[in-house]
Amino acid sequence: MRRLIAAAGAAAIVALAGSSAGAADLKACWVYVGPHNDGGYSEGHDKGRQMVAEKLGDKVETSYVENVPEGPDAERAIERLARSGCGIIFTTSFGFMDPTIKVAQKFPDVKFEHATGFKTAPNVTTYNARFYEGRYILGQIAAKMSKTGVAGYIVSFPIPEVIMGINSFMLGAQSVNPDFKIKIVWVNSWFDPGKEGDAAKALFDQGADIIVQHTDSPAPLQIAESRGLHGFGQAHDMISFAPDAQYTAIVDNWGPYYVKRVQAVLDDTWKSQASWEGLKDGMLVMAPYTNLPDDVAAMAKDTQAKVESGELHPFKGPIYKQDGTKVIGEGEHLDDDTLLSMNWYVKGIDDQIPQ
Amino acid sequence: MEGLEGPLLTIITASTPLLLAALGELVAERSGVLNLGIEGMMAVGAVCGFAAGYVTGEPIAGILAAIVAGMAMAAIFAVVTLVFVANQVASGLALTLFGLGLSALIGDAFVGVPGLGVTNIHIPGLSDIPLVGPVIFGLDPLTYVALALAIGVSWFLFRTRAGLTLRAVGDNHVSAHALGYGVVRIRFMAVLFGGACAGLAGGYLSLVYTPQWTPNMTAGRGWIALALVVFAAWLPARLVIGALLFGAVSYLALYLQGRGVGIASQFLSMLPYLTTIIVLVLISRNQTLLRVNTPACLGQPFVPDR
Amino acid sequence: MAVLSPVIAIALTVFTGFFIFLAVGVDPVEALYVYFVEPLTQWWTVQELLVKAAPIILIAIGLSLCYRSNTWNIGAEGQLVAGAIAGSVFPILVPEWNGPLVLPVMLLMGIAGGMLYASIPALLKIRFGTNEILTSLMLVYVAQLFVDWLARGPWRNPEGHNFPDSRAFDGWQVLPVIVGDDVRLNAILVLIAVAVAWFVLKRTITGFQISVLGQAPRAAAFAGFSQKKMVLVTFLISGGLAGLAGICEVAGPIGMLRTTVSPGYGFTAIIVAFLGRLNPVGILFAGLLLALSYMGGEGVQIALNISDQITRVFQGLLLFFVLTCDTFIFYRLRFVRARPSAQAAGEAQHGRA
Repeated sequence: MRRLIAAAGAAAIVALAGSSAGAADLKACWVYVGPHNDGGYSEGHDKGRQMVAEKLGDKVETSYVENVPEGPDAERAIERLARSGCGIIFTTSFGFMDPTIKVAQKFPDVKFEHATGFKTAPNVTTYNARFYEGRYILGQIAAKMSKTGVAGYIVSFPIPEVIMGINSFMLGAQSVNPDFKIKIVWVNSWFDPGKEGDAAKALFDQGADIIVQHTDSPAPLQIAESRGLHGFGQAHDMISFAPDAQYTAIVDNWGPYYVKRVQAVLDDTWKSQASWEGLKDGMLVMAPYTNLPDDVAAMAKDTQAKVESGELHPFKGPIYKQDGTKVIGEGEHLDDDTLLSMNWYVKGIDDQIPQ
Repeated sequence: MEGLEGPLLTIITASTPLLLAALGELVAERSGVLNLGIEGMMAVGAVCGFAAGYVTGEPIAGILAAIVAGMAMAAIFAVVTLVFVANQVASGLALTLFGLGLSALIGDAFVGVPGLGVTNIHIPGLSDIPLVGPVIFGLDPLTYVALALAIGVSWFLFRTRAGLTLRAVGDNHVSAHALGYGVVRIRFMAVLFGGACAGLAGGYLSLVYTPQWTPNMTAGRGWIALALVVFAAWLPARLVIGALLFGAVSYLALYLQGRGVGIASQFLSMLPYLTTIIVLVLISRNQTLLRVNTPACLGQPFVPDR
Repeated sequence: MAVLSPVIAIALTVFTGFFIFLAVGVDPVEALYVYFVEPLTQWWTVQELLVKAAPIILIAIGLSLCYRSNTWNIGAEGQLVAGAIAGSVFPILVPEWNGPLVLPVMLLMGIAGGMLYASIPALLKIRFGTNEILTSLMLVYVAQLFVDWLARGPWRNPEGHNFPDSRAFDGWQVLPVIVGDDVRLNAILVLIAVAVAWFVLKRTITGFQISVLGQAPRAAAFAGFSQKKMVLVTFLISGGLAGLAGICEVAGPIGMLRTTVSPGYGFTAIIVAFLGRLNPVGILFAGLLLALSYMGGEGVQIALNISDQITRVFQGLLLFFVLTCDTFIFYRLRFVRARPSAQAAGEAQHGRA
């Protein structure tokens, strides 16, 4: 019985393989850490992939693997994609960094792009978005709208990306209200609706009236909605989950970047680089400003315009660390290297960074 | 007193799914069947409840679908362990695996979609009393169901003849069989009840607690429920306390972080699990209580011989 | 019958899989091929299969000894993590030590770490009668949170730009590759474990004690076999093996101590232990089969765009079928006409094949 299946299967595979080869010039592949439709981070990348399929569909075939745990399974998944003929592979989570480098060494002709990491190679690029620019705007809105002067911040893990976001939010808030406070809860997961919701409740119970998150589920916003309070969406516009509660959201917009890079491979102009673009280049967009009075919405739009034009840098001086030491002065701003390895809080944040 | 209301509400609602799932498992275990598949039944209940609620627009349809889905999964387990007399531990694990995978397959179409919520009840006058009002009179309907179920199960097990029979089957299935009781039939129904409760617990998660569907949203609650049954020494009253305790310690961990206590979040997150172990050790020292209440035939296959 | 039963179970799984794939809207023949056969056709997937199967088999061997004596160790995942942590102590705290002795010491410490962690539920059971299912399970969460804290905090790579995960192991600290590109030393350790377990079960008094305690506790008590001692012994063995699997993963395919050390090997091993019917050789094959299903799941994702959740459905189904087919081995079915005093329409007689 099984031999029959194997024979039939072999024939089917050969037929299928024959038909798909030669149909496209390039195969572009993605590796997701979560489900492709998780309503958050991985879905953002998948939407980008869909844009590539849409814009370059006649020349490019796209494919993806989802739910890949970080570790040896990731290495196998990436290698499988490389072996199945992918010309460019996007690995979309920090934990895929070492597996990507390892596989890249084995397949020098395949191009790799690793999101949110820091190791490059001749055929490995890193890319990220300046999410902190959006966080600054969120901070300003929060400080304007909060009645208690306290925001609750729900976060996953203390990596530089997240710390950078907290600091940027705080600086934005302090530019409106120097005494603004935030309470931080680490849920030790990027995606756990139950725990995120509980964290939101705990924060609201302690006097926060606005919720910010660096985790991916809409649960905190749903809690905000149920209590008549407000918050910000993460990675994707969550207004459908919380029509009255969401002020705005930082929306990941990987599509244009992906189209650009895939096109570069088609044009043979692809080079390894460390890319870190922001609002100006559309790597992230702000969801429509809703549930806000006109003057606050106007302020937010104005700040956004200033950031895009370069007139305002969220990490402009003077900036002080928690213990009061001055990091930079008036007229300067923090450089990229400092940001990418940030592990200290700015003055005004009362918590300690988990060590 | 303002500050106490929120935490109490959160703790009670967090413990509801645990209580529901654990009550069902308690009944199944009292009849002698150890069902490790709670997580799988909860997951399928959650996805079917969400799907039915979303498609029909009626939360009650979702609740019913969740219950039926849980029972269906439990039926598979019951057939394998009671008719085919397979090893209960392994079958339960198979059920967990199967349930988690199946729920993710079914749920694929529903990820990223906002779900219906179920509003809390509101009794004019009573619900508005500060502190006591919302906590006692303003909860969501399913939490009341859970509490009523706990009372009902306790009454059934210890005050009715049928409950006595069920406990007898769990304590000594050979004697019960000799007396003419349908051991397989009773256990089958107990397992189905366990499935219904687990399904309902799952439906609670996807319809009330965080109205959405995401894979793995049960997040290990089925295993906690299992632990709680042991913790409660198979007594429903203790189960309520255990579920509340676990919910309270979990909440405390998050609350302390917000307060800015200097302990690392990972250690705070360990608190509920460590607390469960410590309290269990303390309880275990009362050997008599355990010996009286542990179903003696728990997990043992039953094969009637003549 | 004993050999036929698992084969029938596999056939039933494939058969059901046929319909599941149809329901999902995919060509079932092709899907089954990609799932079960294709991973065996290329050398690199075969290697990956062995790499994936090794830790699972190792842990399952230890667990089978526990389960045979009715001791329910559900916490192998936590013991794996404990072993990974213990074995990583030297490479992380004393990275300069890089000679031929490092690796054996790391492996021994991994075993010790797993044993130590497993002794907690064992001692709680012996001393206080605390249910070991609960304690071993709760300790899994504790261990996972602890390694997360370690890898993000004190043991973080000082040159890692403040990102989590420890420094990479190098030189003698890495588990060497012995076959092809990916198959490492732990493959040999697995084979040794299978052989030793078989020997212990079939030819030693300890193995006999384990089996009797599981099948006839009262007889064992009369024979003077100590249940308490066996609880400790089996927990220590399974903990040690799980710890060994943990350090092998960390020193081998992963190459550093990360915040998550295992994608659930400790739980998969429980399934493999039962699929292999608690028999070392059976576990070897069951582990390979299950690893095959993981490979297949990844393959169908890419080739046919099927969700990888189908892997779990298949694994659950396989286990269900194996368990039900086993009934035909353990029991003989006889149909009797309903007598007024008898109970149901079926009657069974106990017997072991």
